[in-house]
Amino acid sequence: MHLLDHNHAADRLDRAFPLEPSLVTQSSTQARGRAPSMDHLDALEAQSIYIFREAFARLKKLALLWSLGKDSNVMIWLARKAFFGRVPFPALHVDTGKKFPEMYAFRDQYGKEWELDLKIEPCPPIESVDPTLPPAARSAARKTEGLKLALAKHGFDGLIAGIRRDEEATRAKERVFSPRGTEGGWDVRDQPPEFWDQFNASPPPGAHLRVHPILHWTEADIWAYTRRENIPIIPLYLANNGKRYRSLGDADITFPVVSDASSIEEILLELERTRVPERAGRALDHETEDAFERLRVAGYL
Amino acid sequence: MNMIVPAPLAATPNGTTRPQLRIVIVGHVDHGKSTLVGRLLHETGSLPEGKLEMLKAVSARRGMPFEWSFLLDALQTERDQGITIDTTQIRFRTGSRDVVLIDAPGHAEFLRNMITGASQADGAVLIIDALEGVRDQTRRHGYLLHLLGVKQVAVVVNKMDRVDFSAERFSEIRDEITTHLAGLGVAPSAVIPISARDGDGVAERTPRSSWYHGPTVVEAIDALEPARPLEQLALRLPVQAIYKFDDRRIIAGRIESGSLSAGDEIVIMPAGKIARVKSVEGWPATPVRGAQTAGRSVGITLDRELFLERGDVISHVGSSPRDTRRLRARIFWLHDKELTKGAQILARLGTREGRATVVAIEKAVDPGQLSSVENTSIARNHVGEIDISLAQPIAADPYTDNPRTGRLVIEVNGRIAGGGLVLSVDAGQRAVPVDIVPVESALRPDERSARYRHNGAVVWLTGLPASGKSTLARALERRLFGKGGSPILLDGDTLRAGLNGDLGFSEKDRSENIRRLAEVATHLARNGHIAIVAAVSPSREDRAAARRISEAAFREIYVSTPAEICESRDPKGHYAKARAGALASFTGIGKDYQPPEASELTLDTSRRSVAEAADEIERMLSRTGVLLDEVVDLAANI
Repeated sequence: MHLLDHNHAADRLDRAFPLEPSLVTQSSTQARGRAPSMDHLDALEAQSIYIFREAFARLKKLALLWSLGKDSNVMIWLARKAFFGRVPFPALHVDTGKKFPEMYAFRDQYGKEWELDLKIEPCPPIESVDPTLPPAARSAARKTEGLKLALAKHGFDGLIAGIRRDEEATRAKERVFSPRGTEGGWDVRDQPPEFWDQFNASPPPGAHLRVHPILHWTEADIWAYTRRENIPIIPLYLANNGKRYRSLGDADITFPVVSDASSIEEILLELERTRVPERAGRALDHETEDAFERLRVAGYL
Repeated sequence: MNMIVPAPLAATPNGTTRPQLRIVIVGHVDHGKSTLVGRLLHETGSLPEGKLEMLKAVSARRGMPFEWSFLLDALQTERDQGITIDTTQIRFRTGSRDVVLIDAPGHAEFLRNMITGASQADGAVLIIDALEGVRDQTRRHGYLLHLLGVKQVAVVVNKMDRVDFSAERFSEIRDEITTHLAGLGVAPSAVIPISARDGDGVAERTPRSSWYHGPTVVEAIDALEPARPLEQLALRLPVQAIYKFDDRRIIAGRIESGSLSAGDEIVIMPAGKIARVKSVEGWPATPVRGAQTAGRSVGITLDRELFLERGDVISHVGSSPRDTRRLRARIFWLHDKELTKGAQILARLGTREGRATVVAIEKAVDPGQLSSVENTSIARNHVGEIDISLAQPIAADPYTDNPRTGRLVIEVNGRIAGGGLVLSVDAGQRAVPVDIVPVESALRPDERSARYRHNGAVVWLTGLPASGKSTLARALERRLFGKGGSPILLDGDTLRAGLNGDLGFSEKDRSENIRRLAEVATHLARNGHIAIVAAVSPSREDRAAARRISEAAFREIYVSTPAEICESRDPKGHYAKARAGALASFTGIGKDYQPPEASELTLDTSRRSVAEAADEIERMLSRTGVLLDEVVDLAANI
């Protein structure tokens, strides 16, 4: 059981981010009076804000999937930029109950601090999940089931998810607005075209859309932006005794990588050099050749 | 050697300071796209550790020759053998660029994917098989690059090893493709002979093509320029939404071209309303100072309350886009069902969506074929020029004036079915049978709304006979007029005496009666009046049609007075006649009345006075942005 040590985890958070209270006084790029021309991060940010606003204008009932990881925290930050400090839709945490204690501590602290409309939805027991999947994939498929239950309960027609094209090959195939079937499934062969920034935002009744505002970002972009904007992170991402997590999932199927990177700057330097894929520590990607793809077609993120 | 293998960066450790270039590799199926991508990744040192060795080992184990394209066979559904590449980092570096390959894998016949990828690209590499030469998909992709606005194209003639690196064969293909692209206004930056499989010409020149003196593929990619935001063009800020999260009324959107600062005098198109930018809002710090340039997503406040909605375009006074209800476009069509003259479509330009009718189709051809016969409709994967007539005026630019706002997509059943370039906003030659030139009013809507203190609207009162529609309509008319407004009553029975005198009470005639009422009312609303329609209008479908005609101006009020009370009132004696069998198709006792499911307001006149009911209507009109006396927020979805 990983839920025990909340207080301890919260202590670690505070140590990792002693400067967090000064966040508000950290000014944005624009306010710093930087030259008007946009840099790479400005361009990424502007595009993501555009996508958020399109989703909010064109869909009726949105939720943002908050997995507590670095990517979804950047998403929340971008949503607050898009909507001037406020996230105007619920943050949905589909909870496997098996996250790291540091992740729960983070959720409790920043759910409040960021004034999120936090909705926590549990996943069904493992017994109800396809037993032909390998163990880690089966565990992740539980999350898909939890997501389906949350969808049915709240009737969302749009789910904002923080996947990126560079993470994983099947995610590279995604659209920014990605239609899902009524069962949540993804038909990769029948995706409508996206011309420029014109998105397909009319899900058929009973179906929903996945919206991917940071699809065009990379792992390095996420860290560079996190550093620039001073966005808080879970300390597990930073090296401890020669290891750190590059990607965070369930505690029992996620493993750290060898690393001495103890700051975001060092993570960025490490990413410049590494040729190990980001999700190498995610067991579910590697059990069989097609495990991840099978998950995604069934509705996994 | 022109390559830089990933190495620590000196200045900033985030790798984001170098210009990023997004390219797409296109071409006919099997001409070697995947092989070239695999080779590029290898030559630029961009492959994950051990990946190449692993793939070679897998190939050897299966007793088949190694193929570079295996690297990209990422999806199970796209591959023949069970080889999964868990990370396809389709990124690499050249001498001065970080290159992102967009969605490079993908079956050639999936043009939807090619379009999705290419429409995000700064540049393209068009690949041609030296043996096969220019094929239909080569031409089609070339055409799409033109339509999508991708101007920088490098052509690669692949599989030169199969033609013994013949300079003659190369010149033949070069001339053919250069001519084809020139016809589309695209001049390739280079035409390069290569063998992707063997590596010749990809990163290095080889003796096998010693007769060639141009750049390698890597050098050609290095020479492409990242697309620049269009700061030099006139300001275009399409409105995405109006937010009222707090006491600020923020107009949100992305600056597509030009720049904008607090204090600027702006004009809101297509209505032509003028205002001044009060502030540029931001978060966490606000307000934001300095000029906001093309590419930025911004939020602004204005110095006055104006009717403004998603789809409007903000520009500077003197350089505004044209407002039009007719435009000509060159489009690529992807829908299974061909696009025909008379088709009802939904057009999207920027953030504006508008119902439109295709009034003419010209130059419809298959861009894959060399000499195509012109058709009168546009088939799947074909192109054509269309004239469309929009139900409402929109702001638009020809693409030659502004590539960002001069483009559109067409939706069918909620799905994007085609897209392309706006050629002109005055529709060019007018098509047959639409030989009508609407003359627009000399006055702008905002001039009228400033005087009347309201926007144009259609207030549609529906309900049983004698439910109180006409009484309410008259009370509302008097009240709006008393406040300086311009209400006009359109009573169903009154119009049947004149304009609709030719119509009876069959279902078809009733529908036509409603259509005419809606058209007249909408015309009045467009000219700033509040048209008050009092009509039984029993059919839900007919009322839905009326709402489609009036669009955003429509406000439906359901007068829900119970049937027995209506019958007891019977001011016109209709119920009595109907009971006596003298009025056959009378709604109320003989025919079903279908009550609205989502009217803007429901009023039961048996339970409140006329004055109270009029108050409620007024409140609804204020709330929904028709009356301007109170603070108005028109973004109903927020």
